[in-house]
Amino acid sequence: MRLKEPTTTRPALLAAGLLLSLPALAEYRFPLNLQPPVTIIGHRIYDLSTTINWICFGIFLVVFIPMFYALWRHRKSIGHEAHHVHEHPLLETLWTIVPFLVLIGIAIPTTAVVVEMKDTSKPDMTIKVTGRQWKWEYEYLGEDVKFLSNLATPREQISNQAPKGEHYLLEVDKPLVVPTDRKVRLVFTAEDVIHAWWVPALGVKQDAIPGFIRDSWFKVDLPGTYRGQCAELCGVDHAYMPIVVEAVPPDKFAIWMNDQKTRLAEARAAASKEYALPELVAMGQKVYQANCVACHQANGQGLPPAFPPLDGSKVVTGPVEGHLTVVFNGRPGTAMQAFGKQLSDVDIAAVITYERNSWNNKTGIAVQPREILAFRESQAQKVAAGK
Amino acid sequence: MDAIAHHIRHEEHPTGLMRWLTTTNHKDIGTLYLWFSLTMFFFAGALAMVIRAELFQPGLQVVQPQIFNQLTTMHGLVMIFGAIMPALVGFANWQIPLMIGAPDMAFPRLNNWSFWLLPVAATLLVSSFFVPGGSMAGGWTMYPPLYIQGGISYDMTILAVHILGLSSIMGAINIIVTILNLRAPGMTMMKLPLFVWTWLITAFLLVAVMPVLASVVTMLLTDRHFGTHFFNAAGGGDPVMYQHIFWTFGHPEVYIMILPAFGIISSIIPTFARKKLFGYTSMVYAVAAIALLSFLVWAHHMFTVGMPVAGQLYFMYATMLISVPTGVKVFNWVATLWRGSISFETPMLFALAFVCLFTIGGFSGLVVSLVPVDIQLQDTYYVVAHFHYVLFSGSAMAIMGGVYYWLPKWTGHMYDEFLGQVHFWLTAIAFNITFFPMHFLGLAGMPRRIPDYALQFADFNRLSSLGAFVLGASQLIFLYVVVKCIRGGAQAGDRPWEGAESLEWTLTSPPPYHSFTVAPQVK
Repeated sequence: MRLKEPTTTRPALLAAGLLLSLPALAEYRFPLNLQPPVTIIGHRIYDLSTTINWICFGIFLVVFIPMFYALWRHRKSIGHEAHHVHEHPLLETLWTIVPFLVLIGIAIPTTAVVVEMKDTSKPDMTIKVTGRQWKWEYEYLGEDVKFLSNLATPREQISNQAPKGEHYLLEVDKPLVVPTDRKVRLVFTAEDVIHAWWVPALGVKQDAIPGFIRDSWFKVDLPGTYRGQCAELCGVDHAYMPIVVEAVPPDKFAIWMNDQKTRLAEARAAASKEYALPELVAMGQKVYQANCVACHQANGQGLPPAFPPLDGSKVVTGPVEGHLTVVFNGRPGTAMQAFGKQLSDVDIAAVITYERNSWNNKTGIAVQPREILAFRESQAQKVAAGK
Repeated sequence: MDAIAHHIRHEEHPTGLMRWLTTTNHKDIGTLYLWFSLTMFFFAGALAMVIRAELFQPGLQVVQPQIFNQLTTMHGLVMIFGAIMPALVGFANWQIPLMIGAPDMAFPRLNNWSFWLLPVAATLLVSSFFVPGGSMAGGWTMYPPLYIQGGISYDMTILAVHILGLSSIMGAINIIVTILNLRAPGMTMMKLPLFVWTWLITAFLLVAVMPVLASVVTMLLTDRHFGTHFFNAAGGGDPVMYQHIFWTFGHPEVYIMILPAFGIISSIIPTFARKKLFGYTSMVYAVAAIALLSFLVWAHHMFTVGMPVAGQLYFMYATMLISVPTGVKVFNWVATLWRGSISFETPMLFALAFVCLFTIGGFSGLVVSLVPVDIQLQDTYYVVAHFHYVLFSGSAMAIMGGVYYWLPKWTGHMYDEFLGQVHFWLTAIAFNITFFPMHFLGLAGMPRRIPDYALQFADFNRLSSLGAFVLGASQLIFLYVVVKCIRGGAQAGDRPWEGAESLEWTLTSPPPYHSFTVAPQVK
């Protein structure tokens, strides 16, 4: 093991450990330090952070013990007279040069970590991470496996109508699954605005920028579930796009990957099926909860004027084609995204059917997945023909 | 005799509202700036109270996320451009002519115009809460592409920023010209009080960077409405370029808000230590060095954006370097105290708290200058703690200390020392209860700019909110003390502080309408 356990190697850190790891309950209720790291970079950051904090603490004492001594002993109220010394070349030179040397001492180990953390070469696998308002999409490059990861905390917990669960706001419907002991390279981009993918235990935080690709990497030591959040303000639901990474041993990962592929094949088969109206509405409600409710609200009233109501909307109650166009392509320049790229044909059919048959909208029309497929193909042709 | 008659005519000025609208007097304009700043401080502070109320416990209780984002955005924008900067310009207006022995600022009419632009901009910002879609909610840094999605209030904000920038540039030019040209005979540059030096350097920073801000928000405006794609990758633009340009403004801006505060502290500490400032020359060079370095470190705000190793290392080293001149300043303050004859009036308490707490903010700045550590802490509450230690316990507490220090000179009355000290202790203690836990929240993984958070952050947030409510309420004492001091109190005399040495203390309190009508001789 290349890693040094911080609490067993340095006496100062041991003291810090004792100071900071008061009873376990206090640690849980009042977390005082970085989350326990599970990657080599995470450990390096943890050590650097501890070192720099002790250095700062030391300097603080060196500066402020004399100051408080002066405040106590050189008070006017005890009759202390001012001694008029206004410069001291040696002292002034020293307190310029010594901090500079301390900085060099800090910079050297830090530089090594920067170089190490930027080295994304020779990965064992690569996952593309796409930030969207307000969810993450993961694509295992070369594996044809791709899915969205949405907040799984029910809205009732957020609005205080239900007790909050243990992982309130830090739980998703589909976590990112990765193998342990493998160098995983992540490439980041975004669909709409800038997001930031951050999992503290992995020591990875990287902005996801629309139109650009950035990368980072990690190699998880321990199997487990690691949680994080979007760290760049990305609009209304910035607080509600968590990240959950499940690290499993490589053999389990292989099983999981196969399972994903089977399910994708099943989903494709499902798209050619004919569904009944209630079935579509029930499925659509789930899709709506995951993708639409933040802006258009559970009651379909939206938050005008930024987010228009769907209840009684002309688009929603009008021809299917128009409704589908908006859902499929989004509305450029607004928060309405192009869901054609994100959702499956079944999901789009379901959510459209749901919107057309909920609240005061009673069209009675069931939109089938094959209609979505036909629309998708016609769109692709349009693009191919250069519109 | 003629000269005296002429002088008396100049003393005449309109009364009531017209006095304030048409005034070209540096002290009147200084007063306007300070009242404007205090108003905005309470407005933006009230927004912070709502923010802390929402964050009192997990879940959404007080406001919805959309409103929450508006509150954090406007809190930042108004505190920076409405409270801190105008307060410091208010000090500049009052103090620079008094400290260099001048009758007024160099461009009195420009001075009037610089001030009266501010209420216009403030009206735009405040009224944007009432337009469809609410106020700007994209963060005070206004990053695209999120900024492009907003409604009309986003355009109002751009306009307000333009007006504020115009005001700052004109104010800065006025300050530079005043300091360079209106000094009393014998007042050489290296005899200037340090407060004047810090403002001279700050004014150059303002002239250099406010146009950068103006240009970058103009690019946002044309991206929003006129089909340009400066920051839109789909059109060949680059959203990251916005951040580079913005922080080219934004980092010097940080020093614009702290350097004059250094100046205030460097006036207060020698007075109450009854000793001259230690290392005056090195203080001047340190301020200049900090200002120069501030242009060279902008991308340390962008370590998580992703840049080449060489870029990250350069910005890290350059940023670390700033701690050297900043350290020099702190050491000099401590050395000024050493073997002084120290007393603890309210201004001194604020100054001492400044030295300790600003240094904590400096340390957390050093921590986040290290790229790997910043990767964990960027955009977390650690950063929120960091910049409130430098901007609240730094700039804002220096401003409060400065107000207590010069109020006797400005009003002719002593302020209520007991209430002043009550205000100080409540502020200092509540400040730390509010912001110190935020370091831990950031380390533990709580992102900033979120209205709702995971359960492990609940207890520290509750503590922080309680501190914030006390902190907010304590500022009402400040308002009361200021008003009480203006309305009356013990006569201050020309020099209420026995250790005070600069030129303003040679004048009556309050000073005559035209300050120095006869230039003093400085030896």
